[in-house]
Amino acid sequence: MNATKFDVRYIAELARIKLNPGEIATFESQLGHVLEHVEKLNQLDVKDVEPTAHSFPMYNVFREDEIRPGLTREAALANAPRQAQGLFIVTKVVE
Amino acid sequence: MELSSLTVHETRDLLARKEVSPKEIVEGLIRRIEKVDGAVHGFLSFDPERALQDAERADLSLPLGGIPIAIKDVISVQGHPCGCASKILQGYIAPYDATVIAKLRAAGAIPFGRTNMDEFAMGSSTENSAFGPSRNPWDTERIPGGSSGGSAAVVAADEALAALGSDTGGSIRQPAALCGCVGVKPTYGRVSRYGLVAFASSLDQIGPLTKDVRDAAIIMNVISGVDPADSTTLDEPVPDYLADLDKGVEDLTLGLPKEYFIEGLDPQIEQAIRAAVARYEKLGATIVDISLPHTEYALSTYYIIAPAEASANLARFDGVRYGYRADGITGLLDHYGKTREEGFGQEVKRRIILGTYALSSGYYDAYYLRAQKVRTLIRRDFDDAFAKVDAILCPTSPTPAFKLGERTGDPLQMYLADIFTLAANMAGICGISIPCGFAGVEGKKLPIGLQILGKALDESTVFRVANAYEQNTDWRRTKPDLGDG
Repeated sequence: MNATKFDVRYIAELARIKLNPGEIATFESQLGHVLEHVEKLNQLDVKDVEPTAHSFPMYNVFREDEIRPGLTREAALANAPRQAQGLFIVTKVVE
Repeated sequence: MELSSLTVHETRDLLARKEVSPKEIVEGLIRRIEKVDGAVHGFLSFDPERALQDAERADLSLPLGGIPIAIKDVISVQGHPCGCASKILQGYIAPYDATVIAKLRAAGAIPFGRTNMDEFAMGSSTENSAFGPSRNPWDTERIPGGSSGGSAAVVAADEALAALGSDTGGSIRQPAALCGCVGVKPTYGRVSRYGLVAFASSLDQIGPLTKDVRDAAIIMNVISGVDPADSTTLDEPVPDYLADLDKGVEDLTLGLPKEYFIEGLDPQIEQAIRAAVARYEKLGATIVDISLPHTEYALSTYYIIAPAEASANLARFDGVRYGYRADGITGLLDHYGKTREEGFGQEVKRRIILGTYALSSGYYDAYYLRAQKVRTLIRRDFDDAFAKVDAILCPTSPTPAFKLGERTGDPLQMYLADIFTLAANMAGICGISIPCGFAGVEGKKLPIGLQILGKALDESTVFRVANAYEQNTDWRRTKPDLGDG
């Protein structure tokens, strides 16, 4: 993978972060270096190696499906940047 | 002697003998913070009145009755700010207690103060805090390490008796080493992360930063254990970590991994680690050379896995349910894009971009999947090593504390600060950093940390090995000079 293929603008769009042109240029160069370093991983033959997602083998953990106390509506809304009538206000999604 | 300079267990003894009151302990810390935190900037905020109220009500019959503990700004304490040193969470007040906080409270402790950190725990110096860096108490021109740099600095500067931090790639052990205190990364799953703001969920652990090993064991006794609210916690019995503390190392075999004594390791650090190894030999431990052959791949593996997981975890910061929301929004994508542009700092953006890239269509196999496979090889290295040894000795950090600004322009140089601590998170094992000497740099004494790694769920042996050394040395008696006499 060479660094020039790394399209920061497109990736930033996927990540829903606006970047200014200065940031795009800086990240392109800095992350290019990081990815060059990561190339090291290609030296290893991992064809028959199982991936590790968690350091302990963990499977689904279940509990009884019963009602338990949670946050009140007031507490859940207390940190919202915009709220009204007990609801979060979201930016318009459909035209 | 100033009350703030005591350990947790010394304070507890004084409280039990009624020689001091919890209120006097809190007052002593407030005086100390007012005196030195202008220079250290270890705290983002603290609420003296609430701590004094808690002190009035303290139940001294409990294991941590009346003991104030400083909390990293990434762990939720109900009614207190929890901002992860980020603009995007400025003003956020935690609506519930993290499980570790509920456990500390049940043991009588008083959560006191929010410690500074790298934004969202991403960094090795606290320079990524949106509210300015903390400074190393041993030389305020230098960084305290990170990301739990505020927690390490306040413990080292006697502004706290002990603190909680979080460790994803070394974020407890590395600042503990650089500030000259004790820092523990527990086994993955040993301590609940419920109420910890997630960074890399397959790596994160909460742990204590303390003035000595006994204090670390005392706090681990309180915060460890399975939690129904965190399904990654292990349903395994929690031993009394104080039980084996004084058993010595005579019947133990300790391994020295040759991959940790490499070019780039500061000569003064190598010398201090070798001297510590010689001390262990004198104390009766058997020392053997071991190899962890995939060590050199840990950094690359980490910088795929951690950013990938972070990019998913930080998707929740969307400016709807909590946190910062940009003004002048024209539509939904503009809302997300601007809110996250203005709310996140540079390093957080950098890692989200890197992680998003590693997970994006066409690159997932080449980066994330490959990194997870190399992670298996790193785990196996430790499995093989622990078949031969009881614990591993190595440096915590390749260099002493570096200067503010020295590495901020070069992310890769900054990432190298964690080169000796990352592998333990990959493998899910436990580790501790304890003081083992000082490096003389430009006329200043800078602390050096010895890292002791143990197998999964074997914190008892790690504490025992650490305590044996600590009892035979007196590094912790030397305190930083903050111009306060």
